Amino acid sequence: MFEIIANNWQQLLVGQYPQGALGGLALTMILSVLGLIIAFPLSVVLAFCRISPYKVLNIPATILVYVVRGLPLVMLVFWSYFLVPVLVGQSVSGFTALICTLVIYEAAYLSEVVRAGIQSIPEGQVEAARSLGMSYRKTMLKVVLPQALYNMVPSLISQFVSLIKETSIGYVISVQEITFSANQINTQLLTKPFEVFAILALTYYILCFCLTQFAKWAERRTTQKRLGLRSPKGGELNDPVLESQ
Amino acid sequence: MIQFSKVNKWYGEYQALVEVTAAVAQGEVVVVCGPSGSGKSTLIRTVNRLEEIQKGSIYLNGQDIHAKGLDLNAFRTQVGFVFQQFNLFPHLSVVENICLAPLTVRQQSKAEARSKAMALLERVGLAHKAEAYPQQLSGGQQQRVAIARALAMDPPVMLFDEPTSALDPEMVGEVLAVMKELAREGMTMVCVTHEMNFAREVADRIWFMDKGAILEEAKPAVFFSAPEHPRAQAFISDLRNH
Amino acid sequence: MPDFLKSVLSLFNAPYGEILLQGCLLTTWLTVFSFVLAVMLGTCLAMLRVSGNSFCERVVAAYVSYQQNVPMLVHILLWYFGVSNVLPIFMQDTLNYFGSEFIYPAIAIGLCMAAYYSEDIRSGLRAIPHGQHEASRSLGLSYLKSMRYVVIPQALRMCAPPFINHTVLLFKNTSLAMAVGAAEMTYAVRDIENQTFLTFQAYSIATLFYLVVSLALMALGSYVAHRTRIPTR
Repeated sequence: MFEIIANNWQQLLVGQYPQGALGGLALTMILSVLGLIIAFPLSVVLAFCRISPYKVLNIPATILVYVVRGLPLVMLVFWSYFLVPVLVGQSVSGFTALICTLVIYEAAYLSEVVRAGIQSIPEGQVEAARSLGMSYRKTMLKVVLPQALYNMVPSLISQFVSLIKETSIGYVISVQEITFSANQINTQLLTKPFEVFAILALTYYILCFCLTQFAKWAERRTTQKRLGLRSPKGGELNDPVLESQ
Repeated sequence: MIQFSKVNKWYGEYQALVEVTAAVAQGEVVVVCGPSGSGKSTLIRTVNRLEEIQKGSIYLNGQDIHAKGLDLNAFRTQVGFVFQQFNLFPHLSVVENICLAPLTVRQQSKAEARSKAMALLERVGLAHKAEAYPQQLSGGQQQRVAIARALAMDPPVMLFDEPTSALDPEMVGEVLAVMKELAREGMTMVCVTHEMNFAREVADRIWFMDKGAILEEAKPAVFFSAPEHPRAQAFISDLRNH
Repeated sequence: MPDFLKSVLSLFNAPYGEILLQGCLLTTWLTVFSFVLAVMLGTCLAMLRVSGNSFCERVVAAYVSYQQNVPMLVHILLWYFGVSNVLPIFMQDTLNYFGSEFIYPAIAIGLCMAAYYSEDIRSGLRAIPHGQHEASRSLGLSYLKSMRYVVIPQALRMCAPPFINHTVLLFKNTSLAMAVGAAEMTYAVRDIENQTFLTFQAYSIATLFYLVVSLALMALGSYVAHRTRIPTR
């Protein structure tokens, strides 16, 4: 197994680069990061549409989220590959279709996370802000969202891990991310499929496991802050009652 | 200052407020008391429209608070509200909590808002905690900050919804002290509270409520010695027996 | 509009209707097989996890961690290309009897979802306060009786919502078997698209199929959650 890694690490890491486009693990990470960056603002907008009392915003947003949640990712990828060129007017690369799919998929799932985060802020916060004369918009921007987004950081990291796993679907439309690259190596070697795919599985495992642990650490930190055990400047707060537990 | 005129409110089938008609004059301190579920909190929450009413009207300074075209946010800056659960903003420091509304609603300059906030913190005795965060303060300190936050908008009226009910007994005194000081300075106040000593000392009038209606309105001296309504009499004798 | 509907309906005639039916059936079989495997294994894993034996707990925790951190597609590829290669010949033949492009994805999906189910069951059990067990033991019920009449009924109600969510996930994951050539619904629809070029129509049929089943399962989930909800104070 180690010879396989030694001989093919470059292809696994960066695909055909520099002879071709960037691929492999590098492309997987680019797809994930780009997907999250674009999907996140969309998900916040979707979340507000879903909690909005205006039916014209609420209903389309709800329909979108339910459709995306009800379809397998493979179907969405094929729809994207078919529809995006039609909408844009020219043919698109697999990369573009994949990014569009991932963004919509993530935005729908993330919007549920954001919505839960917003609704978890106690009603009293909104009442206090409105009693001071702050408008709905100001209340959301200055009081609810800062708290909700901070509380959501562990969930965001978990969604990022999901996104990394979802990029593997690029295999189906020949996008050169790490799963596809591993398959290419397998077709070259032919005699050691178990080793090749085991390396692939281990790579994902190490990457996602580390990030999941990071999410758990973040969860501990934000829960501590919420309970007032840690001041926002990062110092420890000595609370004799809570520390004795 | 505040006028309730035949105010009625229902939660579905349940009537929470029944034909409430009363008035609070400028500079007056009114304490609202009564058993649980009598509608006391609901009544004061209707004044800044945290609760809406189905029948009747409420006037603040002669202005109908349900008038069409009323700017709700601007209206609310005229009514200070202090919550039982304090509801301080945990992601902001104490001084930022107080400055938030003046900065974002009144568009004051940072320097102006801050100096006002520090002055208010002096008044409630917490200037040394300006940069602390709410989680680092005791309950009594948090409530005092909440009072300062409400005062920062210079409202002509202050409403208190059981301000000391969520506090440990030893912290009740410091909050009541702030409220007494406010009353002495001539603030128009309506307080829902169970603190009868506070009512005796500071209130100009006491409203006794039960089952959504104001059953008795009297000066404290009269109310505590010789209440007229039988429910009020029962309430007072229960108090004495504890 | 009527033209569109006509073209969609034309796809239900032979020979395409046949392909669609086979696709539908295979999706169903994949779902059922994986589901049964996942539930049985998931329950065993959950029992091991709460058994108190720290070795068992760590083994199960490692298994769950592996299954949850590797993408489902990679699981399927590993089983179909990798494991099939290293298994002894007699096992390969037995499995190939079912069709290798069916059995390996089914096993992969079943094993992966077993990890999710075991976590759901475990968190359902953990959500029941220890006092429930103590109370039933104090009344004289044995360990097994208290589990059966007091703890497990409550735990099942608690874990029903995430369980049904994961079942929807299992159903959707069967579509990944198309990557190794299983002729389930998504594969069938692509096949039809290649032959007829009626991409929009073909995809719409598959979309409708998946949506109806997923939303029905999700609706069943909320119904069950609502009916079996234990009201808190």
